[in-house]
Amino acid sequence: MKRYTTQIVLLVVVLLSLGISVLSGKFDAYYMDIALNVGINIILAVSLNLVNGHTGQFSLGHAAFMAVGAYGASIFTLEMSARLMPLLGGPGSFATGVAFLLALLVGGLCAAVCGWLVGMPSLRLRGDYLAIVTLGFNEIVRVILQNTSGDGVFGGPLGLKGIPPLTTFFWVFAIAAICVYVVGSMVSSTYGRGFPAVRDDEIAAGSMGINTVRYKVTAFVVGSFFAGLSGGLYAHLRTTISPEGFNFLKSFDVVVIVILGGMGSTAGVIIAAIVLTVLNEFLRDFEQYRMLVFSILLIVMMIVRPQGLLPSFPILNRKKSA
Amino acid sequence: MDQFLQQLLNGLFQGSIYALIALGYTMVYGVLRFINFAHGDVFMLGAFTALGLHKLMGPTLALLPWPVSLLIVLLVSMTLCAALGIIIERLAYRPLRDRPRLNVLITAIGVSLFIEYSAQLLFGATQRPFPDLIPRTAIANAGGLTISVAQVIVLVTTLALLAGLRIVVMKTRMGLAMRALSLNPTASTLMGVNNSVVISFTFGLGSALAAAGGILYASLYPSIEPFMGIQPGLKAFVAAVLGGIGNIPGAALGGLIIGVTETLVKGYGQELGIPSGYSEGVAFVLLILILVFKPSGILGRVEREKV
Amino acid sequence: MSTGLELKDVSISFGGLKAVTDLNFSIFPGELLGLIGPNGAGKTTVFNLITGVYTPTSGRISFNGDSVSSRKPEGITRMGIARTFQNIRLFSSLSVLDNVRAAMVMHLKHGILHSLTRGPAFLKEEGSVEDEAMALLDIFGLKDACHANAKSLNYGDQRRLEIVRALATRPKLLLLDEPAAGMNPSEKDDLMKLIRFIKERYNLAVLLVEHDMKVVMGICERIAVLEYGRKIAEGTPKEIQSHPKVIEAYLGAAAVVD
Repeated sequence: MKRYTTQIVLLVVVLLSLGISVLSGKFDAYYMDIALNVGINIILAVSLNLVNGHTGQFSLGHAAFMAVGAYGASIFTLEMSARLMPLLGGPGSFATGVAFLLALLVGGLCAAVCGWLVGMPSLRLRGDYLAIVTLGFNEIVRVILQNTSGDGVFGGPLGLKGIPPLTTFFWVFAIAAICVYVVGSMVSSTYGRGFPAVRDDEIAAGSMGINTVRYKVTAFVVGSFFAGLSGGLYAHLRTTISPEGFNFLKSFDVVVIVILGGMGSTAGVIIAAIVLTVLNEFLRDFEQYRMLVFSILLIVMMIVRPQGLLPSFPILNRKKSA
Repeated sequence: MDQFLQQLLNGLFQGSIYALIALGYTMVYGVLRFINFAHGDVFMLGAFTALGLHKLMGPTLALLPWPVSLLIVLLVSMTLCAALGIIIERLAYRPLRDRPRLNVLITAIGVSLFIEYSAQLLFGATQRPFPDLIPRTAIANAGGLTISVAQVIVLVTTLALLAGLRIVVMKTRMGLAMRALSLNPTASTLMGVNNSVVISFTFGLGSALAAAGGILYASLYPSIEPFMGIQPGLKAFVAAVLGGIGNIPGAALGGLIIGVTETLVKGYGQELGIPSGYSEGVAFVLLILILVFKPSGILGRVEREKV
Repeated sequence: MSTGLELKDVSISFGGLKAVTDLNFSIFPGELLGLIGPNGAGKTTVFNLITGVYTPTSGRISFNGDSVSSRKPEGITRMGIARTFQNIRLFSSLSVLDNVRAAMVMHLKHGILHSLTRGPAFLKEEGSVEDEAMALLDIFGLKDACHANAKSLNYGDQRRLEIVRALATRPKLLLLDEPAAGMNPSEKDDLMKLIRFIKERYNLAVLLVEHDMKVVMGICERIAVLEYGRKIAEGTPKEIQSHPKVIEAYLGAAAVVD
């Protein structure tokens, strides 16, 4: 029984989110909205943590993959889902759900492909170059989207509107749970010990037979995939998206969560995602001070406590020993 | 043909400003091996200092001939920003000197955001007009090319600063110390170089150049705001990588290449089916290309990690 | 039939400086070869050449007949060559056990997808990996420290863990770069016994770079001497000790006798 603990926890979380989703009408819409934001940020932060934290490859372009996912999923929904409905057994909640899942997967896969395309050449380079390449990729994606035609599928600088609001509590937290499960299982397995090995010492890792490039690309592609999923969820929650919403300040936001939570600590990053998202919501009136506080926090943290605000929980990161 | 020359010239002016900023990136990378993200924000502060000075002593400056007042504004802003650069290094980067490079990079991002949002708090988020420190008259050229006084001044100032920098790095004791530190920090300490002083000096020098870049940029595009440093800063960084990071002539070359390519895409992209808005992304495409094909940059050397 | 490691006319230069010149030597399966020489003679460079960190400017390195020179470090490790590092390069954020597990990645039958489904075969392999790692740690007396952070170990233990980690890749040739550095005499004695033990137990060939002549003379079957990147002598410990060129290189026999 014990060996399936993690799978059972995953299942419980998914069922729980389904339950809450069904009852969502009973909750205050404002708090529900904050909860959904929390969930989306958990997906973003946990997936970025795989790249930046566990594998030590500093990406500053997570918002770009989110954008690819958001556009991919939205366009699929807007263009395809009406045509798919009859094939899925006509309009109805089941068909809508399947079509939405397909849209999310399309978005996620588009993002993963982009992650592979960007990662293959740039992950051969030293760490700080990757930061700039991903930042540059973030800008390229924004510029391309902004220069598309206003009446084309991408909607130009104003972006897309009228995306159906399909994102529910269930979708967000089921995917968040899967994301945490995937990243956690990957990293804690023997295979996954290659990720921190690459982070700690790439040369030693190579000398131990670890294919460093493959590990980096894997982390990058999986991270991009989940960023893409979160983008799809975000688009179907907000119902409008624009290129400006995925600029590199958005990427910085995710980076801040990962750093404050502690790079490489999944639990820390989840807590940071919750705290910072809620905090953001309540500090909305002090928007201009918010970034000021975050930036000071970032600097002070790096000097005083670079491992993140939480103490590390070795239990959560290590597989139980025999 | 004339139009092409015109575009080329415009690109050259634009590129010379990128070059000025790129020098700061490349120098700091040379001595400390990290990307000073906040460099683009010092560029922004340079423009704002000039604006402040102009507000403060406008009447006095107006009495002087414009080249003199420009020189005063340039020198004062450069000095102030140099001091600021030194303070940033002292407070934020020095405590991290022996930490992993990633931590320093994150700190630099923090410093950059801090400067941007403090500036927004202090100066407001709106665009502000930049005073005409340089007369906006055009010099009509016989060939049908239009060049403004501002553009000429930008080019001349950039060349003068480049030459000055070259002299500092190659002919002075401080420059020698900088080069020694860049080759081997431990050995340079053993040879009696005070690394902390050299690093402070490098930050000061880089920040002064960024400030000059900011003023010249604002003279060409006379509207400034707290986030104006981000884009030119990023592109200048790309310029530094393109030329070979740590390499001073490389940074200048990279800046010019990016400036010219950008202007050409803006001018001619349409004919090839590339929207002119894509010029914003040109620098990053160049970056990815250079990193794929020659990661050490055009003039850079390959570095080998000691095993 | 396996022929072991063979270096043939291997040279490498860094920007005009020749670090290794026309080097020839071989290590036969199961043999323990010592590589000695004054500081800066190019010993670590030879290691980096064999393990693919550097590519030779000219010459050929082969292992059991296959060329090594064109492969990346991880490919060479897959051929059965593992190393330790002179300036310890453990995975500093990982536990002692995880350092060893990380080195066993290339032998895994299961990949990412299996780590997600967590089927019985996957869990069984995870168990056997841990058993193997613990057995190796046990040989070097590190079993009790298996959950400690690698960088919290003392210097001697870190060197031992370097060897365990290299062994975990299941090599046929083990390259040890100054494994005794920083150890006290009794630790060195233990280390010599351990090296002999693992060599027999795992049927290894060993290339040992070491400054401590007592260690080198005590366990090596054959010794090659480098000076300025060239091999100046090769032979049994006895022959090397009385070799005039070697004595000259070390400026007097005192260092050799101990």
